[in-house]
Amino acid sequence: MRRYKADLHVHTCLSPCAEVRMSPATIVKLAKARGVHILGICDHNSVENTPAVLEASRKYGLHVFPGMEVTSAEEVHILALFDALRPAHEFQEIVYRHLPGENDEEAFGMQVVANADDEVLGFNQRLLIGATTLRVEDIVENIRSLGGLAVAAHIDRESFSLISQLGFIPDNLALDALEISPNLSYEEAMRRYTTSLPLIQSSDAHNEKEIGRCCTVYSIERASIEEIGKAFRGQQGRSIIRAVSD
Amino acid sequence: MILTEVAEKLGLRLLTSKGIGDKEVTGGYTCDLLSDVMGNSQQGDLWITMQMHQNVLAIASLKELAGIVIVNGRRPDVETIRKADEENVAVLGTDESAFVVSGRFYRLLQKL
Repeated sequence: MRRYKADLHVHTCLSPCAEVRMSPATIVKLAKARGVHILGICDHNSVENTPAVLEASRKYGLHVFPGMEVTSAEEVHILALFDALRPAHEFQEIVYRHLPGENDEEAFGMQVVANADDEVLGFNQRLLIGATTLRVEDIVENIRSLGGLAVAAHIDRESFSLISQLGFIPDNLALDALEISPNLSYEEAMRRYTTSLPLIQSSDAHNEKEIGRCCTVYSIERASIEEIGKAFRGQQGRSIIRAVSD
Repeated sequence: MILTEVAEKLGLRLLTSKGIGDKEVTGGYTCDLLSDVMGNSQQGDLWITMQMHQNVLAIASLKELAGIVIVNGRRPDVETIRKADEENVAVLGTDESAFVVSGRFYRLLQKL
């Protein structure tokens, strides 16, 4: 078993609320310098910058999971993490079919699609900051049927979290894990959230400084969704060791 | 005031299949964040919301709310309705917004 430090919730310049400097190569470079082994790229309701981050990561020997932070009809944020671009794109197709509206750059920010050399390819016109018409249950089901991991994002936050929106974790929801924000310590979270679901912590980075500020360390065989899933469930000696913060 | 009377005066339609029942309505609470409703609503409140997730029913039972009003003409799915009948929670609907129906309901309560 090997130890991997993973930051599974990082935004790029595609998210209107993230800084424009959060370009693919920059993210990978900074994550590498901060000792991160696995990155999860989770922009709001889109995976359009994940191919570029994946390409950029090859140069630095870092592993990247293409992912998304999708907004449900109840305005709950769920992280979807995949092993490859194909299921990520299939998931994006479902999300786009259920995402109304058009972005207003003045109001919400730019949505930059970039390549692996940090060059601008274009601007996404959809209302990525908006909510889909998909229920949390539909989202989790779709993620899992595409072989991904479904994680409830920043459950301690007072907005856009499963707990703020729905009061408690619905027991019929087939989540893989719960994520806590960098706002509280991992120990405090373990005390506060006594559920059978594993807890992870990540940076939710929207700017360069935040990349890798909070990570979860796993004991797994290799960097894959399957291995992370096993660690979540404590199977075959795989495990979550702890969360580490700056 | 009992729920049947409130429903009639505000022109709310029943979305669940069991009757409205004669629960006593003593106040109201308007919010879509279930964590807040859990913390701040009072027993006997009529809860006005656009949130249709099944968790609303557990919260309405737990807090002993008088009923739920779903606004903007939204229709909960079959599962939510089934659960509401199971939990004995009356779910009512209106085409009005939360603002309008809350205002009318507030005025109704003031007249008592």
